[in-house]
Amino acid sequence: MAKIKLSEKKKQELKEVCKSFNNEKSELINVLHKAQGIFGYLPAEVQESIAQELNLSIAHVYGVVTFYSFFTMVPKGEHPISICLGTACYVRGAEKVLEEFKRVLKVQVGETTPDGKFSLSCLRCVGACGLAPVVMVGEKVYGRVSPEGVKEIVAEYNS
Amino acid sequence: MSQKQLRIALRNCGVINPEKIEDYLARDGYQALGTVLTTLSPEAAIEIIKKSGLRGRGGGGFSTGLKWEITRKVKADQKYVVCNADEGDPGAFMDRSVLEGDPHSVIEAMAINAYCTGANKGLVYIRAEYPMAIDRLLTALKHAKEYGFLGENILGTDFDFDIEIRYGAGAFVCGEETALIHSMEGLRGEPTVKPPFPSESGYQGKPTNVNNVETYANIPVIINKGWEWFSRIGTEKSKGTKVFALAGKINNVGLIEVPMGTTLREVIYDIGGGMQDGAEFKAVQTGGPSGGCLTTKHLDTPIDYDNLLEAGSMMGSGGMIVMDSNNCMVSIAKFYLEFTVEESCGKCSPCRIGNKRLYELLEKITQGNGTMEDLDKLRNLSSVIKDTSLCGLGQTSPNPVLSTMENFYEEYLEHVTFKKCRSSICKSLMTYIVDEEKCIGCTLCARNCPVNAITGERKQAHYIDPEKCIKCGACMEKCKFSAIFTN
Amino acid sequence: MELIKLTIDGELLEVEKDTSILKAAKTVGIEIPTLCFFELKDMGIENKPGGCRICVVEIKGRRNLAPACTTRVENGMIISTHSIRVLNARRTVLELILSDHPAECLTCAKSGSCELQSMAQQLGVREIPFQGEQSAYRKDTSPAIIRDIDKCIMCRRCELMCNEVQTVGALSAVNRGFMAVVAPAFEMNLEKSPCTYCGQCVSVCPTGALTEVDHSRNVINALADPAKTVVVQTAPAVRAALGEEFGLMPGTLVTGKMAAALRRLGFDYVFDTDFAADLTIMEEGSELLDRLTRYLKGDKNANLPILTSCCPGWVNFFEHNFPELRDIPSTAKSPQQMFGPIAKEYFGKKLGIDRKDLIVVSIMPCLAKKYECQREEFKVNGDPDVNFSLSTRELAQLIKQANIDFNSLPDEGFDNPLGESTGASVIFGTTGGVIEAACRTAYELFTGKKLEKVDFKELRGFENIRHATIDFDGLPINIGIAHGLGNARKLLEDIQAGRNQFHAIEIMACPGGCIGGGGQPFHHGNSEILKQRAAALYKEDDGKTIRKSHENPFIIELYKEFLGKPLGEKSHHLLHTKYFDRSSSVFVEE
Repeated sequence: MAKIKLSEKKKQELKEVCKSFNNEKSELINVLHKAQGIFGYLPAEVQESIAQELNLSIAHVYGVVTFYSFFTMVPKGEHPISICLGTACYVRGAEKVLEEFKRVLKVQVGETTPDGKFSLSCLRCVGACGLAPVVMVGEKVYGRVSPEGVKEIVAEYNS
Repeated sequence: MSQKQLRIALRNCGVINPEKIEDYLARDGYQALGTVLTTLSPEAAIEIIKKSGLRGRGGGGFSTGLKWEITRKVKADQKYVVCNADEGDPGAFMDRSVLEGDPHSVIEAMAINAYCTGANKGLVYIRAEYPMAIDRLLTALKHAKEYGFLGENILGTDFDFDIEIRYGAGAFVCGEETALIHSMEGLRGEPTVKPPFPSESGYQGKPTNVNNVETYANIPVIINKGWEWFSRIGTEKSKGTKVFALAGKINNVGLIEVPMGTTLREVIYDIGGGMQDGAEFKAVQTGGPSGGCLTTKHLDTPIDYDNLLEAGSMMGSGGMIVMDSNNCMVSIAKFYLEFTVEESCGKCSPCRIGNKRLYELLEKITQGNGTMEDLDKLRNLSSVIKDTSLCGLGQTSPNPVLSTMENFYEEYLEHVTFKKCRSSICKSLMTYIVDEEKCIGCTLCARNCPVNAITGERKQAHYIDPEKCIKCGACMEKCKFSAIFTN
Repeated sequence: MELIKLTIDGELLEVEKDTSILKAAKTVGIEIPTLCFFELKDMGIENKPGGCRICVVEIKGRRNLAPACTTRVENGMIISTHSIRVLNARRTVLELILSDHPAECLTCAKSGSCELQSMAQQLGVREIPFQGEQSAYRKDTSPAIIRDIDKCIMCRRCELMCNEVQTVGALSAVNRGFMAVVAPAFEMNLEKSPCTYCGQCVSVCPTGALTEVDHSRNVINALADPAKTVVVQTAPAVRAALGEEFGLMPGTLVTGKMAAALRRLGFDYVFDTDFAADLTIMEEGSELLDRLTRYLKGDKNANLPILTSCCPGWVNFFEHNFPELRDIPSTAKSPQQMFGPIAKEYFGKKLGIDRKDLIVVSIMPCLAKKYECQREEFKVNGDPDVNFSLSTRELAQLIKQANIDFNSLPDEGFDNPLGESTGASVIFGTTGGVIEAACRTAYELFTGKKLEKVDFKELRGFENIRHATIDFDGLPINIGIAHGLGNARKLLEDIQAGRNQFHAIEIMACPGGCIGGGGQPFHHGNSEILKQRAAALYKEDDGKTIRKSHENPFIIELYKEFLGKPLGEKSHHLLHTKYFDRSSSVFVEE
């Protein structure tokens, strides 16, 4: 489990977030979204603080975090790479593209390269099926990616 | 491409500037809300929606007017209307397009919905992965408030209504309305047994009406043009149009909107421009991960809720993926099951464990280890999962298996008895072979083989050791003489 | 009340509106098998997530099968509960559950009382047609409870008990799909969670996923060691439930047989925790009087209401959740922990046995007692006052292991001096009992008058939160009672908000009190069993000649000979404790 020590400033920021939702239990998911926006992921301490602020059990917060695939407890890489495995991308060969990324980056899905530069994940449909297969690096969308094009994409961020 | 299309839900998409409420107003925007608030009783407005024959576009196909009426009739101090914009089907993005291209139509429809059902609070549950749709929606909400279409005493009446946004967080099951409601309450998005339906006990235990984006987008038009107009479009039991996300191996991909009753052939060949690279049509998958794969014999079936259901598929939210002979139908079924396994919430045992076992059986078959008994197991297990699962996800998740078994049984048989995959997709069933006639012994393949499975003297035909071969396909890609093939 | 007419398995019947199919079928003698469904009637506890899908039935005209536990009856329904379609589905679902369950019945703690095991038998499963990945989680052992969640079938009963009923919040469903399971936050050890060890999760778990830590082996070792003198104490609630393990009717009192069995197991002295319960009343009752007198004199720091402190689950609960209230509960130790030092420092010394060679074993209806006796403050130089605590179930297991024919044992008595007890101490085992016992003594000590009517019926019952006013000869004493930690939380929040005016409050962590403890024979959701256990205790109380703790001759003797007086220096040292703020220790993972 990733373990960090929250700075007082960040703790305060988190408290403000909870307060902006009136410390309302039903706003947990909105709060988690904001928190992940601040920290990039949801380490245990962040979940514990949120539980305290919203008067929920930590187990409850963790139960919610682990239910939704958008939330992560692992810090993402500097350039998060997401391969779309939606049906349109799949039938156009997204799996081979994914295999190639795994090979080139030497990581599995859900992992981050040791230098913290790239993390690899899959997602389901970004709504760009016309461009299938689609890969996203950060916010940037790459369309019609072939296994051969993978190295090129990675190189773009490795310079 | 637009010949056979009819745009109702998408009427403004790409036509107006979605960030300008004036554009929307110029195209009869908020006129329906005005009509309803100032000239119609809630009951009368519901009657119009009922008579129009509009059915839920999120997949279920339940009568929208009836749903509103049920919520209307429940007595409560507080009610909610909810817009389901958690589009989770891989390969479907109609909701996103509507929210990005015409957010006001959804806002207007929700206000009408609220007036009709007696709610004064609306919630939009939207995928966090749609930042642009969220932005546009927020902008639209701001403008609608400024113009007095939201807030207190809307259009000078005593009707108050406002909308808040709740974000999804990546859970397909939250498309199910009870799961969606739990998610909005900050809980795990697990569905609960219905009844009680949300119309009775929904968000925070209050009566709640949930409709999806596309359903809402139809509402203002129905009010403006009348139910008679709307109900003339479509088939006997499915009125109006449906938006489909056309994708896969065809020439024109993208969003289309066609009247109910259009045939698959018209969609694929006339609108979709036919198969890509002149390939042969093999199957079309409709209804998202829980839909089924239809085949040539269904090409002339008019598309509507009931026909698709009867053919072993479903409308779903409108994904439509076309496949050619390069797609192995067993692998396609496995692909969808992998999705379901990942997206099952885990609450009920048939979905939690059953889909996993289905997936494992399919995997066994694609690896060449399947038996005839496994095919029987697949069938029985599929029907039990459908019969016993708690929510719509599990009740439909075996559809891809059942429909491919129904329509492409011979492919299953080939995998099981001949250990063969006719589409060369199932790696384990493939053998890479060197065509001795064509091989000139350049050694390029041997040098590129990552596991040294290829041997042979220079200028002599090479040999691939099937025991060592990991079927990565590198040799075949590198060979300049097409001397390597698979069977 | 509106009636609904329907047909179940060809039988026409009428039931009240909103009845579930499951309950409707029951009215005509049709049992539909269930797995995740669980209820404790009249106690407001009901678990029906509709998740296991074992109870599915066929309703004519409905596309798919319906879960009987959550589906409400409707007019004209035609239901088949055992059609071929249903039987095939039910069995396939069970086979699926079994395909993700370790086949460890031979060594599983739950074997014999496992609901999954009996379901497999009932549905005639002889082989499991599905193979595939099985869940593989880390086994987690805490001081009291073992989590072996490979055996979890996601019935969610423990989640309901931990969150809704007990409001402890140690457990939640985590992950999704095939990986979904019930666990503490971050899947850390239970020991690091806010778990109180109340054991209610264990008492409702249908499988071996949650079980108690078994200390019977340690006890056997001690008994086998000739250098050790082993004494045993038995809690009041045990005698009202132990017989169930031997096929006796719920509510059968087996005090005498239990003593006989313990003697045959080789314990050197068979004592009674009831004796220590009388002692608790002396100390706690005196404390109540002390605070009350100070309060009546206008002392604002008199810390009223006083809260009972016999229940270790409850102590854990307020240390975690209400540390700021920790000077309100009585400082009196629980009977188990009062017995320990009296056995080792008084009885042992009298016999010239070094405390290291005196092993104190307790038989408890409770799992939190296992943790309580391991607390550092209850040890002297590392030697615990109470060495091992066994649950009622573990004792039954020991008796069976030793091949003792329990039902034909003669009734025997406890040994003296720590075996004599009054009726007041017996009722410690049920909700309302501790405060009733305290009232009997406090009344006489406070008013100086003899209490004629010792039964305070107004304090009895199973209602979640109860209030009563007892007349202390003109002074009205307001009593509050809560059983179940969720109810305790409500009472505490009321105190914090200044909403109630109680002088004394009794709290027991488990629904029904100790009779419903986490270490008792499994009640499988039958709340009648709990009621009968309670009735048995009141019966034993009624049959006793001495029914007030301060009249116990051996207690009087103990004070005369050893302790001096209640709240005296020696008492303070041996019989009182202090509480800690554990709120911040909830989560620190290395």
